[in-house]
Amino acid sequence: MSTLTRPVVPAPGARPGRTPRRIRPGKNDGSGLREKKSLPMTAIMVVFLVYSFAPLFYLIVNSTKSQDDLLSTFGLWFGNGFDLFANIRDVFTYNGGIFLQWFGNTLLYVVVGAGGATFLATIAGYGLAKFRFVGRRAVFAVVLGSIAIPGTALAVPTFLLFSKLGLTNTPWAIILPSLISPFGMYLVWTYAVDAIPTELLEAARMDGASELRIFFTIAVKLLTPGIVTVLLFSVVAVWNNYFLPLIMLSDPRLYPLTVGLNQWSQQAQGVAAHPIYNLVVTGALITIIPIVVVFLLLQRYWQSGLGAGGVKE
Amino acid sequence: MHKRLRTIVAAAVTTVAVTAALAGCSSGSTSSSGGGNADAVTAALKKGGSLTYWSWTPSGAAQVKAFEKAYPKVKVKLVNAGTGNDEYTKLQNAIKAGSGAPDVAQIEYYAMPQFALAGSLSDLSQYGFDSLKSKYTSGTWGSVDLDGKLYGLPQDSGPMAMFYNKTVFDKYGLSVPKTWDEYLADAKKLHAANPDAYLTSDTGDAGFTTSMIWQAGGTPFKTDGTKVTVNLQDAGSKKWADTWSTLVENKLLAPTPGFTDDWYKQLANGDIATQITGAWFPGVIESGAKAGSGDWRVAPIPTYDGTTAVTAENGGGAQAVLKQSKNQALAAGFVKWLNSSTESVDTFLASGGFPSTTSTLKSSDFLATKPDYFGQQDINTVLAGASDSVKSGWSYLPFQVYANSIYADTVGQSYQNNGDLNAGLKAWQAAIVKYGNQQGFTVTSK
Repeated sequence: MSTLTRPVVPAPGARPGRTPRRIRPGKNDGSGLREKKSLPMTAIMVVFLVYSFAPLFYLIVNSTKSQDDLLSTFGLWFGNGFDLFANIRDVFTYNGGIFLQWFGNTLLYVVVGAGGATFLATIAGYGLAKFRFVGRRAVFAVVLGSIAIPGTALAVPTFLLFSKLGLTNTPWAIILPSLISPFGMYLVWTYAVDAIPTELLEAARMDGASELRIFFTIAVKLLTPGIVTVLLFSVVAVWNNYFLPLIMLSDPRLYPLTVGLNQWSQQAQGVAAHPIYNLVVTGALITIIPIVVVFLLLQRYWQSGLGAGGVKE
Repeated sequence: MHKRLRTIVAAAVTTVAVTAALAGCSSGSTSSSGGGNADAVTAALKKGGSLTYWSWTPSGAAQVKAFEKAYPKVKVKLVNAGTGNDEYTKLQNAIKAGSGAPDVAQIEYYAMPQFALAGSLSDLSQYGFDSLKSKYTSGTWGSVDLDGKLYGLPQDSGPMAMFYNKTVFDKYGLSVPKTWDEYLADAKKLHAANPDAYLTSDTGDAGFTTSMIWQAGGTPFKTDGTKVTVNLQDAGSKKWADTWSTLVENKLLAPTPGFTDDWYKQLANGDIATQITGAWFPGVIESGAKAGSGDWRVAPIPTYDGTTAVTAENGGGAQAVLKQSKNQALAAGFVKWLNSSTESVDTFLASGGFPSTTSTLKSSDFLATKPDYFGQQDINTVLAGASDSVKSGWSYLPFQVYANSIYADTVGQSYQNNGDLNAGLKAWQAAIVKYGNQQGFTVTSK
């Protein structure tokens, strides 16, 4: 994705020898690969581009419309008025400003949940990659196995468990399950195997550094691209989490944005329906902004890390 | 989705056998001692306490406020735990977990048997509430009075009628249909004259289908204890499916799912010209499709023979007291005030709901309402008439919430392929029977 947008600028942290060169179209660049223009491929990419951007375009266009405009004008172009700011104000004030509460809840779940998940995945993945101990294989099997079970299938059993503990309908019900990220741990683990030379750790131990210090000063730095990748995945997962909070929470003041917006959307149904699609659309637009920002800020770490270990030096 | 529901419903159903056994022992005493326990409600209201009430009704907040004013010692915490299915999921989970359920919950009529027959709801006849029967329409009372026990008090009702866009009807020279044959003719005529316009929209909705089968005189679901009989090919079901298939097969239905922004848009601009739906619809269209104001009218639902008025309920629900509640008498007191006091019912009406109380349906104020949206037609006269002609004898499955959730995979396929609805109904029946038997019911296909 991001490589397409920056073909010329060397990725930060890239070593000189691996700087991507400008490739002249149609000419042999010496690598034995020719870049060919393919009309069908371009057409397919255009279709994908439209497919990916159409919903975003819809969201932006329609968040500028009032509820009446939204229902009376063409869906993929601007309406009669420009109500974006009125909509934004309404989103934050409707229902006693509950949207802000949902926003805050989502932030809390993301910071504590995804942050914690990343931390736990990092120490666990590092430990499994760089230390030999009894039961390592068993851990490996359990982790791989748990990746295969979708979170949705675990939601109801988790609910029953949490209910016994008295944790349902509290923020803990969302945070605790988010802390566990078997996939993230697996990612750090495989990444750490290659990214951290064992000789480096041995050298540090020789110099008398404690394991904690080695971890925080050496391992974390070398693992940064892996950690950021896990962080990105966790943030997106927690931000988009819908089913778990839907099951766990019954108090709207604890809802994250996903469940809250759906509740607004459902207002359009049933007795005395009161559709507020303009607020749902504008709220959805506001909801995706932080995740876009996070992606833009973190992608450089992510990108430079993807190639690591790909070339034997 | 289905996995989730299956788990949930399984939980509910395993308790059926147990409660059925318990009910056998206790039913004798509850009905006779009802009068004495009515005092318990009065005492509880006097003593006070706190209640949690799950509801998504827009009038909920105002009603709770008025109740707390009338009974200052009672605190009610109103929680919107989700609309419809979302709430039922949470309710089932809390019931299974043994804690976390509210004292009082809003439950739609179609979901009532699922909670009632699984023994999760308090029998309100122990507080003498069965004496309130005459206050409610027979259609709504029949939905909360199951197997001789009273599981809630009706809030709203949805006797079906036909809402139509008069401007469109006039423009294309359509006559207001009295029979389904005339309705089909109108559908063809309108779509031929304007390919963008459809007489109605239906992309396959379980609630609509069951209501239409109900109107056609079908009784596909019969429950006796844990014995369930399903026949989605009985005379009424077939009658409806044969009629409606004409619309499906000839692509005469707007392919717009209900309650979406597109649907509201088409209701407002006349591209969808009628809705066959519950009497609560005016509240929906008035707030959702403002631009259609003045165009719409209401008429009785078309019938098969064109002579006897007959209709069915669509939507609507009641408030029930959960067995899990620690203060069931107080909760019952709240429910009684909520759905029978004039103050509360008026608040509900003001929010656009359609009542279930006979006194309201007969009141001259109610009947004389002439909304501008409906060209100052006295719509409530037509709608109150509909609530008198609801066909009796209908019942839902004791796992209707689940059955409705698999509707799209079965009957929905017929809609998608523009095929015969009977094939879809047969597939739905097979899935219902299979599931019910897995859950410990004895389900027979007829």
